[in-house]
Amino acid sequence: MSHKQLPPEFYQLMEDLQAVDFVLVELTLYLDTHPNDMDAIKQFNEFAKKRKRLKKQIEQIYGPLQQFGNSYVGYPWNWDDTPWPWQI
Amino acid sequence: MSSNMKYWHPYISPFDPCPPVRVKRYNTPPNLYMGFQPYGLEQFSPREALHRGTLWPALFSPYESPVEANMKKGMRE
Amino acid sequence: MWYYEKKLQYPVKVSTCNPTLAKFLIEQYGGADGELAAALRYLNQRYTIPDRVIGLLTDIGTEEFAHLEMIATMVYKLTKDATAEQMKAAGLGGHYANHDKALFYHNAAGSPWTATYIQAKGDPIADLYEDIAAEEKARATYQWIINMSDDPDLNDGLKFLREREVVHSQRFREAVEILKEEQGKKKFF
Repeated sequence: MSHKQLPPEFYQLMEDLQAVDFVLVELTLYLDTHPNDMDAIKQFNEFAKKRKRLKKQIEQIYGPLQQFGNSYVGYPWNWDDTPWPWQI
Repeated sequence: MSSNMKYWHPYISPFDPCPPVRVKRYNTPPNLYMGFQPYGLEQFSPREALHRGTLWPALFSPYESPVEANMKKGMRE
Repeated sequence: MWYYEKKLQYPVKVSTCNPTLAKFLIEQYGGADGELAAALRYLNQRYTIPDRVIGLLTDIGTEEFAHLEMIATMVYKLTKDATAEQMKAAGLGGHYANHDKALFYHNAAGSPWTATYIQAKGDPIADLYEDIAAEEKARATYQWIINMSDDPDLNDGLKFLREREVVHSQRFREAVEILKEEQGKKKFF
């Protein structure tokens, strides 16, 4: 297993993803109690698209973010490459 | 907007062993007042929302420890 | 089923090696109002709550696991390279004797996590009031820990977690309103 050091732009991109995902978490809980708010649903779908783009960019640097087929993997198996989130 | 902290003056006995804290406080966050959240409330930018822990300024409840409050006061003096 | 994502919900930072703070923080890992109890409480209540509220319990329960990972990250960073001496000086001698640096689901006073920390009454109003109380208690716990911490980076992450309790409490209060509503009545919004 390689001990890769992450380039500075990784941290920037990761925080971008955390911010976009956070909007999605907030809208999810909000929509659970406000299922008829059309504007919030539109915003949710816009941000879902943004997160897809960001996920792809981050995975090019960091490797797969999700498992069980939600991300493509590289050779050799790079899912368990360090660093893990708590090690970063 | 509702205030986030309430203050009260506890009874002070002349026999209290610790130096008295004359004013005590407790937190009253905005969820106590909002009722059902209205549609279309103003939002923070995504980055700011992440750092504040909520997407909506109306739900943001600031908190500062006494240590942090004193440090700020010290910097101003 | 659940999918793990190799990412923290919030960029957790810790400025100093400080096992004493880890000792306090473990309250939110394996304590009565901690993140593990919260996740298990909500996800377990889902099976008997009215359909209208299942989504909310699922999503908040899932977010609580992300918070559990943040607390674990903080504890890991606060103790990672601490010596046995430092662990002992921090009051973690007992923990170190049993677990070395391993995390364990117990509270700040060392009592192991127990299922009695969570409630499932099967009555939707009783359960949701329980959840609201749990969020307010967790908010208070974060305040008491922030009061004892002098690590600005750690406090930044703790303030994020505290604010999440405020938002979750708001959503549970809305869930009560939804279940209270007279049936067949037109909604006001």
